[in-house]
Amino acid sequence: MGKWSLEVDGGTCIGSGMCTAIAPEHFRLEGDTSVPIDPSVDPDDLVVDAAESCPVEAILVRAADGSVVAPQP
Amino acid sequence: MEIRSYPFPDPDDLGVNETYLRLQREEPVSRVRLPYGGEAWIATRYADVKTVMGDPRFVRAPVMDPDRDPPRTMPEVPGISTILSMDPPEHTRLRRILAKAFTARRTAQLRDRAQEIVNDLLDRMEDQGPPADLMDALAMPVAITLISEMLGVPNLDRAQFRAWSDAAVAITAFTVPEIEAAAASLRAYIRDLVEEKRKHPADDMLTVLVTAHDDEDRLSEEELVSFGVTLLIAGHETTGSEIGNFVYTLLARPDKLAEVRADPSLLPTAIEELLRHTKLSGAPAFPRFATVDVELSGVRIAAGEAVFVDGLVANRDPEVFENPDELNFHRPSIPHFAFGHGVHHCIGAPLARMELQVAIATLLKRFPNLRLAGDVAIKKGRLVRGPQTLPVRW
Ligand code: HEM
Ligand code: SF4
Repeated sequence: MGKWSLEVDGGTCIGSGMCTAIAPEHFRLEGDTSVPIDPSVDPDDLVVDAAESCPVEAILVRAADGSVVAPQP
Repeated sequence: MEIRSYPFPDPDDLGVNETYLRLQREEPVSRVRLPYGGEAWIATRYADVKTVMGDPRFVRAPVMDPDRDPPRTMPEVPGISTILSMDPPEHTRLRRILAKAFTARRTAQLRDRAQEIVNDLLDRMEDQGPPADLMDALAMPVAITLISEMLGVPNLDRAQFRAWSDAAVAITAFTVPEIEAAAASLRAYIRDLVEEKRKHPADDMLTVLVTAHDDEDRLSEEELVSFGVTLLIAGHETTGSEIGNFVYTLLARPDKLAEVRADPSLLPTAIEELLRHTKLSGAPAFPRFATVDVELSGVRIAAGEAVFVDGLVANRDPEVFENPDELNFHRPSIPHFAFGHGVHHCIGAPLARMELQVAIATLLKRFPNLRLAGDVAIKKGRLVRGPQTLPVRW
């Protein structure tokens, strides 16, 4: 399976600390904004959980072919 | 090290008990004795509060351990877990079921309905003429109506529900049997509604929860009922009280009121600052527990020990907020913890922000001469504080 890409829209993120607590291996807070620790990761349910739980849908997870893994609309 | 009794008493106003601020300056991690379950740590600085709320080395679930008598402010050890006492991955499982219903995007779609509810309530208030009690006329009904519509609780018996809810969020304001009776009644009430949704599914959040239980096995029957109760209480008690608190603060501070009247576009920032500044909750009900040894401000918290933190105390840390006790609608950024932080960050935050904006903006616009019409007493001894009544004239 190919790698997934992680993006956080820093302008939308409200720094809730949700993703950084659900998936601390993948996100960390820089000041009040979450950033992916590594923008390219092996598929992991935790990043889906994080993206689906983000209150402002600031996290985008894409598969290697560019299709959106999470969040679901 | 001195061991203080906790919770510290609520001041008469919506400010922070001076002891918190002294601890923050002088003894940022200290020992407290709880009315139930013995001693714990309390951490008061922003950085430590952020760690305890956001770092997975701290967990909530031991609160539920039947062999433990956890330090707590409320008499009952919750026999039933709620979303607030769970940790990932169980917490994530529950939270994801409804996360979609509460995103900023979905909440924005409810703005028109919120505006309608507010307009109707203010029409009625105007018809009846001054004076009015804003808690009754606007604050509590907006919040209850919106959350009960979202959950799918039509024709909620508001007076009965208010009475249960008021007792259910008490710390010392009611007796233990009163609190327990109210909590039991609320659960029975939700259980009936759940049965109703089983028979007549609808496009609402209770039906989503029922489906997640019955068809998808994603939560237990007890979790279903708990989640319903939590949403109904958390969804209105806080928001309704804050509408009252913020209107009261503005009416009591004509300089601040003039600022938002002169420039209504300031209101969203003013609301963030009011969220930061208002000591809404008396004290957190439960602590978090360290899973491994953790150091906070140079103090070692041993694995298994309990730490109390309050985001509203962190909101007064001068390391993060210049002149923290000052209400200042022009701060460049307001990274407050009024909605908590980490996995338990308030699921209703976008909804609450929207309700606060619609209610307060509309009220100020429609009543240019709004003013206080009597003394205001702030409730004490509760998880959620607000004006007992808010008498106004216009
Ligand atoms: C101004 C209004 C509100 C304030 C100040 C507020 C504050 C908070 C805070 C501080 C927490 C975290 C508690 C903790 O970490 O122990 C929280 C959690 C929660 N809030 Fe709110 N809240 C508000 C409105 C709402 C609304 C409108 C809802 C809607 C249904 C809601 C539902 C919840 C729920 C379900 C949780 C638990 C989340 C979890 O454990 O994952 N709240 N709220
Ligand atoms: S969950 Fe969303 S809002 Fe919260 S820190 Fe992560 S990206 Fe930001």
